[in-house]
Amino acid sequence: MASFLDPVKGFGLTFSTMFKKATTESYPEDVRPTAPRYHGRHMLNRHPDGLEKCIGCELCAWACPADAIYVEGADNTDARRYSPGERYAAVYQINYLRCIFCGLCIEACPTRSLTMTNEYELADDSRQDLIFTKEQLLAPLLPGMEQPPHPMRLGTSDADYYLGAASPGDRAGEPVQRDVR
Amino acid sequence: MGLEEKLPSGILLSTVEGVVNWSRKSSLWPATFGLACCAIEMMATGAGRYDLARFGMEVFRPSPRQADLMIVAGRVSQKMAPVVRQIYDQMPEPKWVIAMGVCASSGGMFNNYAIVQGVDHIVPVDMYLPGCPPRPEMLMDAILKLHDKIMDEPLGANAKRREREGYQPRELVASSQRYTKEGKKASRAAFFAERKS
Repeated sequence: MASFLDPVKGFGLTFSTMFKKATTESYPEDVRPTAPRYHGRHMLNRHPDGLEKCIGCELCAWACPADAIYVEGADNTDARRYSPGERYAAVYQINYLRCIFCGLCIEACPTRSLTMTNEYELADDSRQDLIFTKEQLLAPLLPGMEQPPHPMRLGTSDADYYLGAASPGDRAGEPVQRDVR
Repeated sequence: MGLEEKLPSGILLSTVEGVVNWSRKSSLWPATFGLACCAIEMMATGAGRYDLARFGMEVFRPSPRQADLMIVAGRVSQKMAPVVRQIYDQMPEPKWVIAMGVCASSGGMFNNYAIVQGVDHIVPVDMYLPGCPPRPEMLMDAILKLHDKIMDEPLGANAKRREREGYQPRELVASSQRYTKEGKKASRAAFFAERKS
């Protein structure tokens, strides 16, 4: 008797899924958040006074397995200061057609200047436009920040910048979200 | 008999260009064509959770003759390049190509003699999609941006006018902004403004 019903059982399964909730996400209208530490587009962070954290050391470019990062450092002068310390990145480019979002550059960064955002909608129709320049990668100026070049506002020594309180873009110490995939 | 008879002369309910482009973008049929790990994400995009059927493209055509979109998903080796080109040549016009993932777009981390450094060396690419591999949302974003490009394609006399006068292509907007209520309204307004001019 059971073998007689077997072919019908299959239809029963199909029928029962009609009453199950659909798992489909309607992406462009309803965008679900990524995991909080998802590797998305990069961001070059700033100190609380607006100076760039990047010191142009090129460690990110050396760490990159795909050779996607190009950095050209230059010397800060007292008249034109972009970052505390000696040097800053005059040219900073990330080629998103090479970048594999592995995050080795973030691990290599000694000043936590380079971090990753959760933004991922990067598709474009030209190879040229997918090489992001420093202007596109730099974090926006928050209130209280000032567009460099300008003198060091937090103090005269490096310690005032690097041993101070946590700064914007530095998410260490924040509780980890657990309710997202 | 219908609504168009009640309208004063010279008014059509839409343009031929608008209707043609709309029907082209609403049923883009991709060729079943995966070369590497990106194809896994492409399969995920076609499956239940992301469901490409919402954009009229659930049928990955097994034959290139019935496909109008080629998603180059994965690295193209020098040996595979002629095959890719043949598949492209077998597809009927109009056809579009998405280079999915960094390997197809530029060679990615495989900067060596075995891999074609960007599939645009062999076929014309309409949309480059970074990511290694791109998540399904990124692929859908690329497809939706391609939809916008298709809607922007001129026909006949308009194409000739564009060639003559040059034009500014429509700006590509991230899909999470493009498909909000405001984004949809803005793109509709841009569409009608273009038709009026």
